[in-house]
Amino acid sequence: MHFKERAHASLGDAQLQQNLKKFKTKFVTTRREALTELDDVEGTREAAGAIRQRALDDLDAWLELFETNATARGAVVLWADTPADVNRHVIDIARRHGSNKIIKSKSMVSEESALDHALESAGLTVVETDLGEYILQINDYEPPSHIIGPALHKNKAEVAELFAAKHGTSRKSEISDMCLEARKVLRSHYLSADMGISGGNFFVAETGSVVLVTNECNATLTTTLPKVHVAISGIEKVVPTLEDVATLMRLLPRSATGQSISNYVDILTGVKGEGEFHGAEHMYFILVDAGRARVLGSEVKEALRCIRCGACMNHCPVYQNIGGHSYGWVYPGPIGSILTPSYIGLENAPDLPQASTMCNQCGVVCPVKIPLPDLQRKLREEEFRRELRPWSERFGLRAWSWLASRPSLFALATRIGARALKVLGGRERLIHRLPLGGGWTDGRDMPAPAGRTFRDLYARRGSGR
Amino acid sequence: MRVGFFVTCLVDLMRPSIAFAAIRLLESGGAQVLVPPTQTCCGQPGYNSGDRSGAKALAAKVVSEFEECEYLVAPSGSCSGMIKTHYADLFRDDPELLSRASALGAKTYELTDFLVNVLKLDRVPGGFSGRVTYHDSCAGLREMGVKQQPRALLARNADVTLIEMPDCETCCGFGGTFSIKYGEISTRMADNKCQQIVDTGADAVVLGDLGCILNIEGRLRRRGDMKTKVMHIAEVLAGDSSESGARG
Ligand code: SF4
Repeated sequence: MHFKERAHASLGDAQLQQNLKKFKTKFVTTRREALTELDDVEGTREAAGAIRQRALDDLDAWLELFETNATARGAVVLWADTPADVNRHVIDIARRHGSNKIIKSKSMVSEESALDHALESAGLTVVETDLGEYILQINDYEPPSHIIGPALHKNKAEVAELFAAKHGTSRKSEISDMCLEARKVLRSHYLSADMGISGGNFFVAETGSVVLVTNECNATLTTTLPKVHVAISGIEKVVPTLEDVATLMRLLPRSATGQSISNYVDILTGVKGEGEFHGAEHMYFILVDAGRARVLGSEVKEALRCIRCGACMNHCPVYQNIGGHSYGWVYPGPIGSILTPSYIGLENAPDLPQASTMCNQCGVVCPVKIPLPDLQRKLREEEFRRELRPWSERFGLRAWSWLASRPSLFALATRIGARALKVLGGRERLIHRLPLGGGWTDGRDMPAPAGRTFRDLYARRGSGR
Repeated sequence: MRVGFFVTCLVDLMRPSIAFAAIRLLESGGAQVLVPPTQTCCGQPGYNSGDRSGAKALAAKVVSEFEECEYLVAPSGSCSGMIKTHYADLFRDDPELLSRASALGAKTYELTDFLVNVLKLDRVPGGFSGRVTYHDSCAGLREMGVKQQPRALLARNADVTLIEMPDCETCCGFGGTFSIKYGEISTRMADNKCQQIVDTGADAVVLGDLGCILNIEGRLRRRGDMKTKVMHIAEVLAGDSSESGARG
């Protein structure tokens, strides 16, 4: 299915539309309120963007420093050039330590390589512990629709049905009861797992730590109970110092869920040491390229500043109407419209940079000031250059600039156009069907003009004086 | 004060009354309005569709047509935003045009911003009366900082009552070629906007960009609403001149 077909299906899905309506006001309001706690929102965004840019500007150096410091604390740093490398590394680690049962907290990067499927194919058991991810997993691995709320497209009743069916329990009507049920099921998995996989919100170069920002404590349990911990994230997630993390954390939870701070912030450094009580005995970092180095050298490199707060999609009027599944890959919304074509190829996602009104609602809320519409435009330029757009569109654009560069011809063409449109509009002065403009008139009328261009009327006024 | 008036290609073709109303407002504030006759399009359709070279040609044309004026004013946040905030990117590899375009950008204004902050218009000539709601078009709001200006001008007409809708800053779904390429999504966004407009009970929705006007009006009419007016802020402020009564 293509973007348009998926969007069409979403627009016609009454249940989804109802769920989206709720989502729409919630995150926008909570973010706005949370940001009022900061004295200088713009200054903080400026600083956060600069921190991320500084990390990207010398990415190789920060990564090396991270590797040195993480290794010094007993962790192993592995590099994955491709999504397939990620899966291979994880399976290798599991084999090395004889792990059979894996618990996993949220990692969007692992979605890029469909890690869960790869693990299951290798005969390993994997259980998602983030409540949203868990819901999707037991629903036959439904894809996530949002980067921080993967099951946002589902409502309470749908989850209640699913739990009753999959857990073989009575149907619950209260969210708190459903949470208790999930907790009971997951508890046993935590205790029996021998390996834990997490994502990584930040990798701290100066300490070799991974920072995890969560709300359910599942990441804490996942990374400290089993004897092996594997943290997987993109190479762009490195930041120079812990102080940088502090600045970014002023904005991340506030932009994401409207919280001053998330319920849990784990900073994990090194393996469990002598006499220490908490932590994994074996710690691995898998740092994933999978297209990121290429993006770093491209016209859309600022997209790598992203700290995955989700604010751009929460505020995007297109996302709010079509939901995350329409975007077709791991990352939806405005940031997805840049990352998806960059990672899987523009020719495989040609609609995404186009399917935006460029209203810039995303750009003004992004905590690290990524100019999202400008980046969409860069990709549109590349599509135009590489002739990935239909010939009719390219021809139309060329014809327009050719005509608009010739004022007398333009005046003549618009004079004829204004008359023709007036005729099409009839007595009602509304055009119900526009030749070649079905995209417009399928759902809207086109108000017809009065029949004469401003240019002609103004010239007459001038000469009449 | 010599003000170069950029009509915009859409107003030229679809609703000249907006330009006449805008000129009337500028003149009532004491400006001498020049309308360069060879002007056509600012280049935005090409620019936002990835056709840089087409956009560049048109942008260079605008620069040479308007650089002699003291100001450039357009009855559109979108076209003035294109000139003021995007021309520099188009000419980033051409130092000569870059400096001319930047100079033009510095004196480019959206109409209501110019009326309030440069002409300091304290009386508006229009005779519109009724309840209105205001839609903040995206480029005007987020590129040109147009928010209080139109509201301040509306407040100068005692017969106008402003009733705000909750999501007045949410895009109406127009987005230029987006409205045709992704008509179904665009229509849904327009429909959400229409619902909010209708819920205010206003007689008219007022805004500053013709693209959004056509989108919102087109959807209202298709929904069967023949009575809610969709008006450009200039039409409301300048009221009934002979030309501006052309629609509505
Ligand atoms: S692009 Fe910006 S707003 Fe969107 S998820 Fe990334 S950091 Fe958040």
